[in-house]
Formats: sequence, C-alpha cells, structure tokens
Amino acid sequence: MLDDTDRRILRHYQHDPSLSAADLADRASVTTATCARRLERMQANGVIRGNYAVIDWHALGYEVEVSLRVTLDKTQPRAFEEFTEKAKIIPEVVEIQSFLGRVDLRLSVIARDMQHYQQLYRSAILTLPHIADIEALMHVARLKSDEILPL
Amino acid sequence: MIDLDTTDRQLLRELSRDATQSASALGRKLGLSQPATWRRVKRLRDAGVIRGQRLDLDAEKLGFGVTVFLGIKLATKGRVSLDDFERAVSAIPEVQTVEHILGLYDYRLRVVARDISDFERILRRRLMMLPGVGDIEANVLLSEERRPGPIG
Repeated sequence: MLDDTDRRILRHYQHDPSLSAADLADRASVTTATCARRLERMQANGVIRGNYAVIDWHALGYEVEVSLRVTLDKTQPRAFEEFTEKAKIIPEVVEIQSFLGRVDLRLSVIARDMQHYQQLYRSAILTLPHIADIEALMHVARLKSDEILPL
Repeated sequence: MIDLDTTDRQLLRELSRDATQSASALGRKLGLSQPATWRRVKRLRDAGVIRGQRLDLDAEKLGFGVTVFLGIKLATKGRVSLDDFERAVSAIPEVQTVEHILGLYDYRLRVVARDISDFERILRRRLMMLPGVGDIEANVLLSEERRPGPIG
C-alpha cells in the first residue's frame, strides 16, 4: 500500500510535523505536487490521522502527573464500558488506555499539586464504578516522548 | 506561569485537535483578526504551553500491529548509572516513549513491534540486554483515547 516515497515523506514529517508543504517536499526530495498528492492519499486512507499540538501541562500550572493502573471487577459484565464512560467526564484525565495483561486500564491524571491530586483522587477517581484495585505511579520525568514510528 | 483567557483556551483546544490550521482560518472560527490570532498562538508557543506538534499515524496500517507498555524495575540501583540506562533505552528505535516514574516500577516504556514475535525479538535482544534491568512487566495495548484535558 505504501511505497518508499511515502515512507520517506512520513519519516521527515514525523520528525518535524510543523514543516510547510514546500519544506517537507524538499527534505523528502520530491516535488511539492507529489508530496501534496501523497499526503492527501495517506490522509484519505487513514494512515495519517491528524497533526496536533502537544500541550505542556506543566506550563499551565499542572505540576503533578500520575498514572493510575486500574483493575476492574470482572464479575460485572459492563464494567469496562461503565468505567471508561465515567472516567471520560473527569477533565483532569488526559489519557485512557486499555490493556491485555496484569492491568486492565490506565488513566493519566494531571493535577495542580498534591493537594489537588488528593482531592481529585477522593472525589472523582475513587467514585468511578467497578474498581477492584488501583495502583498509582507518579511521573518524575519524560525522557523520550516523540512517539516516532521506526519506518 | 501564564494566564489564559477564554480565547486562548479555545485556541489551545483547536490546535490540540488540528495544528495545521492557519492563523486566518483559526481567526475566522474564533472571531479574531489574522494578526491577533498569530500573536496569541506565538505567545502560547513562547510560553511553552504548546510543547510541539505531533503527527498522529495509524501504527497498524504502517505494519506495527502491536504496542506494548513495559514497566521496568532496575535490579542493581546504585551500581548502574541511571544515565547509562536512559541513554541506551532511548536509543532503541522501537521504544517510543520513556518515562521515569515513582512507585512499583522505575521506568515505563511504550514499545511498538510488527507482531508478537517481533516484540519478543526486541524484548530479548534489546530490552533485556540493557544495563541494570531487573523485573519487566508487559501489558499489550488494546485501545487508547487521548482526552482534551482541563482547557474547557
């Protein structure tokens, strides 16, 4: 489905998603028209899903980031749906992932400080339905976060 | 820390959905002039509120069928330098993110692989060879959803 030219364009585009169409074409050594056509096709077939700005929550005063690893009560048939539905309503939940493994779900939660986190944890997180167990991991530092695919 | 007004928040919301929108297109949506929009976006970038831009690719369509999150505990703390471990793990191309955490594990990694046997190869040949690695826990990602966060 994708050829070497597509991959080359994506490689450069991944490393700098803010490139203009002309600069991207230049780096990938294709004409601007080819580059535009290829990007359009990859957007149409869903290879490229989007290009979005990454917000630094620290800069907005959110000093605390916690990963909550949740195990759900599997005797409840709709536990997963009901839990995620409610978790989505909490604005400080910035990521919801589901897993096959020891952990069922993971929530990324941000808070202004530990006091704010404690308040969120008590009033919003612990009231979510069907929780069997929660483990918290606190973020210290992000060493690599580009999420680049090795194309 | 920078103060945001309602317009800034709307701009952030728009850009975290689609960062390729031009200042004039954004301005039209929010009822701002193109220069005013540009100035606000520049201020958000300069203040570091916008950390960067990310291309969202469908990993599966590009042949990466498996994403695994690993929790890694270092076995020999104190003897192995964290710097060495961090440098080595960040250099592995299949490792997409590396986070230093506090709790059950020391590091959390996001790893992409073509399939489970490719993942096994990365795990055995690359990750288990890292200096100081102790316990590893793996969870295969089934689904994920990024939320806009508290910028309503």
